[in-house]
Amino acid sequence: MRIDCPCCGARDIREFTYKGDALALDRPDPDAGDAAWSDYVHNRDNPAGITRELWYHDMGCTAWLVVTRDTRSHEIAAVDLASAVKEGVA
Amino acid sequence: MRFSALKILTEGLTGNKGWKPHWRDPEPKAEYDAIVIGGGGHGLSTAYYLAKNHGLRNVAVLEKGYIGGGNVGRNTTIVRANYFLPGNSEFYSHSLKLWEGLEEDLNYNVMHSQRGLINLFHSDGQRDAFARRGNAMINQGDDAILLDRDGVREILPYLDFDNARFPIYGGLYHPRGGTARHDAVAWGYARGADQRGVDLIQNCEVTGIDIENGQVTGVQTTRGAIRAKKVGLVVAGRSSQVAAMAGMRLPIESHVLQAFVTEGLKPVIDHVVSFGMGHFYISQSDKGGLVFGGDIDFYASYAQRGNLPMAEHVMEAGMALMPMIGKARVLRSWGGIMDMSPDGSPVIDATHIDGLFLNCGWCYGGFKAVPASGWCMAHLMATGTPHEHAAGFRLDRFETGRGLMDEEGTGAQHNLH
Repeated sequence: MRIDCPCCGARDIREFTYKGDALALDRPDPDAGDAAWSDYVHNRDNPAGITRELWYHDMGCTAWLVVTRDTRSHEIAAVDLASAVKEGVA
Repeated sequence: MRFSALKILTEGLTGNKGWKPHWRDPEPKAEYDAIVIGGGGHGLSTAYYLAKNHGLRNVAVLEKGYIGGGNVGRNTTIVRANYFLPGNSEFYSHSLKLWEGLEEDLNYNVMHSQRGLINLFHSDGQRDAFARRGNAMINQGDDAILLDRDGVREILPYLDFDNARFPIYGGLYHPRGGTARHDAVAWGYARGADQRGVDLIQNCEVTGIDIENGQVTGVQTTRGAIRAKKVGLVVAGRSSQVAAMAGMRLPIESHVLQAFVTEGLKPVIDHVVSFGMGHFYISQSDKGGLVFGGDIDFYASYAQRGNLPMAEHVMEAGMALMPMIGKARVLRSWGGIMDMSPDGSPVIDATHIDGLFLNCGWCYGGFKAVPASGWCMAHLMATGTPHEHAAGFRLDRFETGRGLMDEEGTGAQHNLH
C-alpha cells in the first residue's frame, strides 16, 4: 500500500502508523455516560468494505490523516488531513 | 467408518476403493435444537461436544463456504499452553489436555506432534519475565523449563547466538507444545459431529438472525430459513458482520496475519521456535516445508493477503535468528483474518438476546484453542452458564474493566495487541 499524503505525496506505508477507525474525530461528550464512552472506546463497526481510519505520518510531515480505504482490497479512495476533516473543510 | 490398521491394510490391498465420504451432505431441516454458525475449527468442535458431552444431536453447523476452507486452514498450526494470566491459563491448559487425547477420541490422525516450543529471551529482564511465566505454567500444572544459553544451544545449535541487537540469553522451553495438522483437525471434528447426527450444511451463508421479544428464533440463510431457539456465533474473522445481523456492535477489529512456507526440506528444525523480539516464529511441517510468520500487518483488513513490508520484516527477523534459512526458497504466503479484541483475549459468552451465544476474538491464537473453545462453547449453549475454564472470557469485561486479560500488559485498547 502507498498512501498519498496531502503534504508529502505518495509514500510507502512503512512511513505511517495506523491508529484505527476515524471515530476518534467524533468523541462523545464528557458527560455522555459510561455506556456511550465504553461503546466509543471498545466497539467498532469493523466493516468489510469502505472504512475511514486515522493514519499518522510519523516518518514524514507528522500530520494525522483520514484515509478512506476498502478493507477487502486495501484500495485507497481518499486521503485527507484530519485537521481539515475535523474543521469540516475536507 | 472407523480407521484401523486392518482397514488401512485391507484398503491398500484392494485398490483403496472402499473409502466413503467422511460426512454426509444433508439438506437443511426446517428446525434444529441448536444452530452453530460457522464451520471452522471452533464451530465444528462446538457441534461435536454439543452432541458428545451434552447429548444434543439435533444440531446444524452452517458454513458459508466449505469445511476447512476458512481460518482453520490458514494458520500456522501451533499448539501450546504457555499463558500467564488466570482466565487464560486454565483454559489453554484444558485445551492442551484435550489435544493430547484428541486422536483417540476422534479416531482421526490429526498429526499432533509435541515436539516442544522454545520462546527465546535476550536480556536479564526478559529472563525474569519468562521465569515468572514458566512458574505460572507450572502452577497451572503444565510444563516449563527455563533454559540458559548453553541449554538453548544444545537443542537449537543453528541459531545466531551473537546477534548484535538481540543476543540469545536463553529460552523458556515448553516440551508439551508443538503442532498439529490443521485440516485434519477440521475433518476429524466434522466426521465426529456428523457421526453423532449433526448436520453439516456447507455453502449455506447466514443472511439474517431472527429475534422475537428478545429471544432468538432462527436464522435466514441462502438455503432458506432455519428455526432454532439456540444459536451460536462461531465465526471469528467475520464476527462483526454476523453479530450486526443481531444488532450488535462488537469490540473487534479484523486484521490480517501473514504466514509463509518454504519448499520441502529434509528435517532441520525439530521444534517450534519463537523469537518474540523479532516478531518471528517457525516450525517445520511433516512435509518438510518451513512454516513461519510474524506479527499482524496492523491495519484493518478482510483481504486474506497482506502487504510486502510485513513480509520483508518477517524474512529479516528469520535471517537474523537463523541465517541458514536464507538458503530456503519461499513457496507461498497467505493471510488469515484475525478477530482482534482490545485486550488480546477471546470472548465465549451469552449475549443480551436469549438463546444467542457468542464465540469470537481469538486474535492470532485460535488454532490451539479449538478443542477447549468448542468444549466450553458447547457447555455454555447447552446449560446457559459459562464453563469454569472459560469463565473469564466475558463480553462485558471491556465495559466494566473487571477481568481484563491483557497478556502483553500493553493496555486493553485496540491496536495494541
